Amino acid sequence: MALDRRRLGTAVARFREAGILLVLIGLIVAVSLRNSSFLSPSNLKGIALDGAILAILAIGETAVILTRNIDLSVGAILGFSALFVGVVLKVHPDLPVALALGLGAGVGLLFGLGNGLLVAVGQVPAIIATLGTLGIYRGMVFVYSSWSNQHEITASDLSGNFLNLATENLLGIPVFLLIPAVGLVAAAYWLGHTRSGRQVYAVGGNATAARLAGISVERTVLLAFVVSGALAGLGGVLYTTRYAQVDTLAGNGLELNVIAAVVIGGTSTNGGTGGILGTLIGVTLLSVIDNALVLVSDPGTAQFWERAIYGLIILGAVVADTLISRRLQRALRRSRI
Amino acid sequence: MQTSAPVLELRHIRKAFSGVVALQDATLALEAGTVHALVGENGAGKSTLIKVLAGVHEPDAGQILVDSVPVRFGNPAQARDAGVAVIYQEPTLFPDLSVAENIYMGRHPIDSRSRRVRWSALHESVRQLLDQVGLAIDPRERVRGLSVADQQLVEVAKALSLKARVLIMDEPTAALTPSEVERLFGIVRRLRAQGAAIVFIGHRLDEIFALSDRITVLRDGLGVGTFPASELDPARVIQLMVGRALETLYEKQPATPGETVLRVEGLAREGSFAGISFDVRAGEIVGLAGLVGAGRTEVARAIFGIDRLDAGQIWLRDRPVRFSSPRQAVRAGLAYVPEDRQSQGLVLPLPIVQNVTLPLLRELSAGGMLRPAREAAVAEDYARQLRLRASSVHQAARELSGGNQQKVVLSKWLATRPVALILDEPTRGIDVGAKAEVHRLMGELAANGLAILLISSDLPEILAMSDRVLTMREGRLVGELARAEATPERVMAAAAGQPLAVPLAVGTAR
Repeated sequence: MALDRRRLGTAVARFREAGILLVLIGLIVAVSLRNSSFLSPSNLKGIALDGAILAILAIGETAVILTRNIDLSVGAILGFSALFVGVVLKVHPDLPVALALGLGAGVGLLFGLGNGLLVAVGQVPAIIATLGTLGIYRGMVFVYSSWSNQHEITASDLSGNFLNLATENLLGIPVFLLIPAVGLVAAAYWLGHTRSGRQVYAVGGNATAARLAGISVERTVLLAFVVSGALAGLGGVLYTTRYAQVDTLAGNGLELNVIAAVVIGGTSTNGGTGGILGTLIGVTLLSVIDNALVLVSDPGTAQFWERAIYGLIILGAVVADTLISRRLQRALRRSRI
Repeated sequence: MQTSAPVLELRHIRKAFSGVVALQDATLALEAGTVHALVGENGAGKSTLIKVLAGVHEPDAGQILVDSVPVRFGNPAQARDAGVAVIYQEPTLFPDLSVAENIYMGRHPIDSRSRRVRWSALHESVRQLLDQVGLAIDPRERVRGLSVADQQLVEVAKALSLKARVLIMDEPTAALTPSEVERLFGIVRRLRAQGAAIVFIGHRLDEIFALSDRITVLRDGLGVGTFPASELDPARVIQLMVGRALETLYEKQPATPGETVLRVEGLAREGSFAGISFDVRAGEIVGLAGLVGAGRTEVARAIFGIDRLDAGQIWLRDRPVRFSSPRQAVRAGLAYVPEDRQSQGLVLPLPIVQNVTLPLLRELSAGGMLRPAREAAVAEDYARQLRLRASSVHQAARELSGGNQQKVVLSKWLATRPVALILDEPTRGIDVGAKAEVHRLMGELAANGLAILLISSDLPEILAMSDRVLTMREGRLVGELARAEATPERVMAAAAGQPLAVPLAVGTAR
């Protein structure tokens, strides 16, 4: 009996994401008590749609942070891909949707390759390298915009076929949500069950030990940045179909939300710990906070305070997670003695 | 020699770090106007003793007396105020500040009215101090441009400015040329004549005998004794340093070595080592002894492809090889258990099983997909062989004790089924039980035909485990002894560069 309880306690404490999951559940309960429409199917669908783009970017960022690096350029990559694919679709309205998605991902992949080469081969610290490429990639959005003479893409520029991606359902699930869903499952499988995924953890956990074990640290870091870039590019196409309104500042500053979601989800900036499940929880938490602020707050005063409250809730969530995790760890230690 | 009461005295000092005893019972009395040498093997407790004197570590038990009055050194400032100054092996100066600012860091003379630093007074006072240590440089010069020897003298000047009565010098000659050593010794003798109590830590016995009045020998955290230097000779000091019973150790069974597995010839790397030639045969354990910093780890790293070799040739099972990355070395059948298991051996956040299978991911996966069951089977197999104590192979590596962590690192490398294994300090910092098991395992591995190169600063370990003992000093191989000829005295004499007492079979390189 005592043994069973101990085992259960161990299982709970070992589930690293337990703390933040409890915070998320608490927040959902609190918001739905205040405003019953929070749990309505249409609102939940809205949260999911808003979170989808964040989720796609956060998957790649998770891989990068797991290798003990960081990618600050994902917002800029999304911005370039969104405008570029938008312009291409305006010129070629008949372009198949799948090709548009592939085009965005391909552009992002090249940008990610640039980041990866700088960090893995050039040995530039990731925070500096991607801060530089953030500027370069965003600058390329402006250059492309003036070169193509397209400063904005609106719904009228896009074919109905493409815009339907955001509204159409497949087996009752919006097609738009299937893309991040597939991405999450694939990434969880990659990181958890494949050789290269394991190498991501090893390189981030201890690059020296990984190298001594015969793992190519450079190749692994490069791969993480390429995945992050490609997914940010894919996110750009999703952005275009979801908002049908793209200008040169699309995704500006988004990298901070992406990194916040990953870190809140328990992936350590020290590398080697964390994973996709935590990131999903982190993305959901941020999307719920965003949505709740609109639902719960009083429209008159709220606007001024919204950003401050947003930041405050994130801080509160992380502090609560730390306290809960510490308590669980202590319980785990006690049970071992 | 004066017979006055000691300036500073340590009585029955004991200090342990999370259960590992570094100092058991050390006693030291420092008298004014004497140079007191502190000698002992690596790990004998010299550094811990210095840190107790310097107030860095507070002893668990024992007494510190200044002028026969018991005191507490709770932090370095208290030790400094009592007149203790330490010059560490590596100078601890601020490279981008001037010599004067380094000497008076935190104690700049301040004008009482304007609250500004009185630079002219500062520089004048520093000029006098530099004069005393015979250093003809401008007080405004930046420290960065100075040689290590000059930086040490700046440290000495700083100690003088603090009116230090006890000056502790931790291996000050390690990085000096012979003429710089002579200059330093001249200054030390002058300070002694002025009444300072000086503690000198060193490995080179000729230097110790040239300089010291008294010699204290430490062994395994115990003070073996303090002797007037005139009553000792180098051979006797070595005997005192190493003289301990070896019977508690596992003894390797003598083997009949098979074919040559690893052979190296003329290995050299600029600034690290040169002219390294040796071979290791199947079933043989070759010990590589030497003092810390003799270049043993550097040789191992270069063989394994971590650092580049400037010259030399390596053969693995008669095939000439040259590895430019550890990856190639692993594939060719070489394994290297690095010196520092936490920073180089383990991925601490990952579970045991994932650490063990790290070099084997290719073999244990199919089409890039991992096979968790096969991974666990491999890890469990080695966990059983090495008697790993863990709740399961899914426990995180960071939660294990030092000895069990080392078993995980060993499992990882054994699982690659190497033909030659390089072990770098495999039992450093692990408890006696785990140590015995690692020794037993090494014996079994050799009996099964593995070629093992054992780097260790633990002399009894080297002697008990090795079929042959190579000794390195200052980047060169200085001796090779067969098991029967290898005595602690001989190996220590070679490592410390002491060509007397016992003739050595020097440089039998093929």
